[in-house]
Amino acid sequence: MADKEYFVQGNEACALGALAAGCTFFAGYPITPSTEIAEVMSRKLPQIGGHFIQMEDEIAAVGAIIGASWAGQKVVTATSGPGISLMQENIGYAVMTETPIVIINMQRGSPSTGQPTRSAQADMMQTKWGSHGDYETIALAPSSVQECFDYTVKAFNLAEKYRCPVFVMADEIVGHMREKIVIPEKVDIVPRQMPEKTDNYLPYDAPENGTTPMPSFGQGYNIHVTGLTHDKRGYPSTDDEETHTELVTRLCNKITENTKEITSIEHQFLDDAETIVLSYGIPSRSALTAVKQARQQGLKVGYIKLGVVWPFPIDTLQELTKNAKRIIVPELNLGQVYLEVDRVLGKHAKVELLSKIGGALHTPGEILDKIVEE
Amino acid sequence: MADHEHRFMKYLRTERLPHIFCPGCGDGIVLNTIFNAIEMSSVDFDNISMVSGIGCSSRIPGYVKCDSLHTTHGRALAFATGLKTANPKQDVIVVTGDGDATSIGGNHLIHAARRNIDLTVVCINNDIYGMTGGQISPTSPKGSYATTAPYGSTDKPFNIAEVAKAAGASYVAKYTTAQPIQVSNAIKAGLENKGFSFIEVVAQCPTYYGRKNKIRSPVEMINWLKEHTISLEQAENMTDEELDGKIITGVYVNKPRKEFVEALEDITAQISDIDPDTNINRAYRGE
Amino acid sequence: MRTDIRIAGFGGQGVLMCGIVIAKAASLYDNNYAVQTQSYGPEARGGASRTEVVVSDEQIDYPKVENPEIFVAMSHEALLKYIDDIQEEAILLIDPNLVYQDEIKEIIEDKKLQVYTSKATETAEETIGKKIVANIVMLGSFVGATGVISVEAAKKSILDSVPQGTEDLNMKAFEEGMKIVEKIN
Repeated sequence: MADKEYFVQGNEACALGALAAGCTFFAGYPITPSTEIAEVMSRKLPQIGGHFIQMEDEIAAVGAIIGASWAGQKVVTATSGPGISLMQENIGYAVMTETPIVIINMQRGSPSTGQPTRSAQADMMQTKWGSHGDYETIALAPSSVQECFDYTVKAFNLAEKYRCPVFVMADEIVGHMREKIVIPEKVDIVPRQMPEKTDNYLPYDAPENGTTPMPSFGQGYNIHVTGLTHDKRGYPSTDDEETHTELVTRLCNKITENTKEITSIEHQFLDDAETIVLSYGIPSRSALTAVKQARQQGLKVGYIKLGVVWPFPIDTLQELTKNAKRIIVPELNLGQVYLEVDRVLGKHAKVELLSKIGGALHTPGEILDKIVEE
Repeated sequence: MADHEHRFMKYLRTERLPHIFCPGCGDGIVLNTIFNAIEMSSVDFDNISMVSGIGCSSRIPGYVKCDSLHTTHGRALAFATGLKTANPKQDVIVVTGDGDATSIGGNHLIHAARRNIDLTVVCINNDIYGMTGGQISPTSPKGSYATTAPYGSTDKPFNIAEVAKAAGASYVAKYTTAQPIQVSNAIKAGLENKGFSFIEVVAQCPTYYGRKNKIRSPVEMINWLKEHTISLEQAENMTDEELDGKIITGVYVNKPRKEFVEALEDITAQISDIDPDTNINRAYRGE
Repeated sequence: MRTDIRIAGFGGQGVLMCGIVIAKAASLYDNNYAVQTQSYGPEARGGASRTEVVVSDEQIDYPKVENPEIFVAMSHEALLKYIDDIQEEAILLIDPNLVYQDEIKEIIEDKKLQVYTSKATETAEETIGKKIVANIVMLGSFVGATGVISVEAAKKSILDSVPQGTEDLNMKAFEEGMKIVEKIN
């Protein structure tokens, strides 16, 4: 078997990525513009002995995938803004109980029902802050159909490695766009680690890197999994300040302290760049065209694309942009990741937002105009 | 001490005792009936996983020495649906309450029943929100008092067993904590029914329901349950007015039908040679 | 070299399918790069519908079509709705039975468009005997008029995309489309 080429939609590529990563369970609820993912999974999963369930709502969808994850399967759901809003409480539960799950968000115009068939990147901060409490998640932003496949695989691997919810933050354009993808003969997969069964086994006793092996139900571990603040045995301990502090700090640190491991950044033309266009997801494609056009005009402009948006790669970005005077952030929202860029890089460069909402993608011309304006 | 240890202590996470339940609470009686039912049934205790939502009754699985998933409010059945589907070899018991199952979780209840997924649901109905301090519930009798119904409830309460029956559960029974033998038998029947089994146990909450409604002691509450209990057979010939405030007990449905996961796996058998059980714990394999 | 293509018609004509077949032919069988996008509203049927394809011999960054250099119109309404940003000297391929040429004289002259006609729907109905393959007839005409994708690739892509049992019908539709396309100015 060699590498295989397919001409598919971004949504289909996400589904194929999930299957390639070893996913055997999908629970979801239909919502534009993500529905094709559920449709592909409903067809493919029964063929491999996996399970597809159309749940009664998105709250149930996340509940079901968390349940299935504890039965030792790799799991995914796919949705868009309104569904993501409904999922928030159970996303927090997955964070607190350290359950690996993958959530694909095909972002659409919002708030509320918004623009079901148009694109946006307006759920970026919700992914970081949407559920109550202090926590960290991982979010990837594909900009092509190939990346829909690759990033979904990566999302599964990160979910296993760090035992947390991982988001694939795509959008309507990339979800419905068709391009050729190459599915490699061999896809690298991170398997879940079964803990050693000892007499004084502590399911939440975390080693140095903060992530502990995860047992599965029905294997004789007799573990208790709760969204309440719990001690190392997994038992509720809701009044003890130290237990809570240690747990929540570890849940955050296991992500942020591994940012360099998790992150992925692409960049071009940075050597002499005075202005840098920093983007993620679908606008990066307009950005790259604009940066190339600017270079043709002799302008010192560079390009950075974040493959992983959360955790935010503070150190790497500070290093990459240290000589830049100006950073332009094109986003399909009124300024979300821009706020983080400004917080992190605003002290040494002028950070400017190039916002676009309404459903259309920035044209390269719009980004070029911003580059040349000063 | 060991000589006098309760015969069900071996099923408990004894290191977690004492439990949080109030003196006189019905949850202890129900936990007893669950253990009794497991011992009476063909189900092996070691094969049991428990799932619960939020509320007093949802704390029960936390005391049981098995794999237990204490989830978010109202969502136990959604989590249990995923857990059971992804490993149908486990016997999954869901413990829930009236608020958890019928208010915030009402949608999940009707759909789990409709699917006839093989779960045994024990719903402890104490007609009030105990964990949050005595608020009104969808099952509180009309005219009963709660901290959020200071003038008495004006709503018609759910008969949860009827809801589960209407939604398609293949086994439904309803009893009170004053009928522990019947409850044990019903849970046993539920464990052995391959499908969605719903056992409603009307229970006393002396701390909140009792105090708010002037039925002050646990004994008084048990007597109150007994006085209001009638059988399904008795109910047949009674008018709506006569049925008002009555707890109608018995087996509402015992009608096995095709189970959800089995039906899904029938499709897999038609289109492939793969045994779905090979996917249990597949996350641990690097393939 | 990048070619920006827009295909417009009314919902249900198979406009989307036509775009997918072109982009698939270019990327899988001609070994070029291609991106296919679409715009759609809440209507499942009817209304103006369009798909856009970018074909290039190098990697495509910006995936959308800004100023099409090839515009295929299978309905008058869709043509009027989506033609404004067409490039000068672009190729306009129309079904003359579904587009009123008198009403678009001005834009043809202003933008110096090269106009091709293909009676795709009529041919599908009368020559092939199945109205549903009008989009494949138009695809044949598109290949005949523009050469953006090779005949070979187009055929492979069609065979890969149409329902089983309809291959011969679609091949015939494609060949017929290649034949009937005419340049009229």
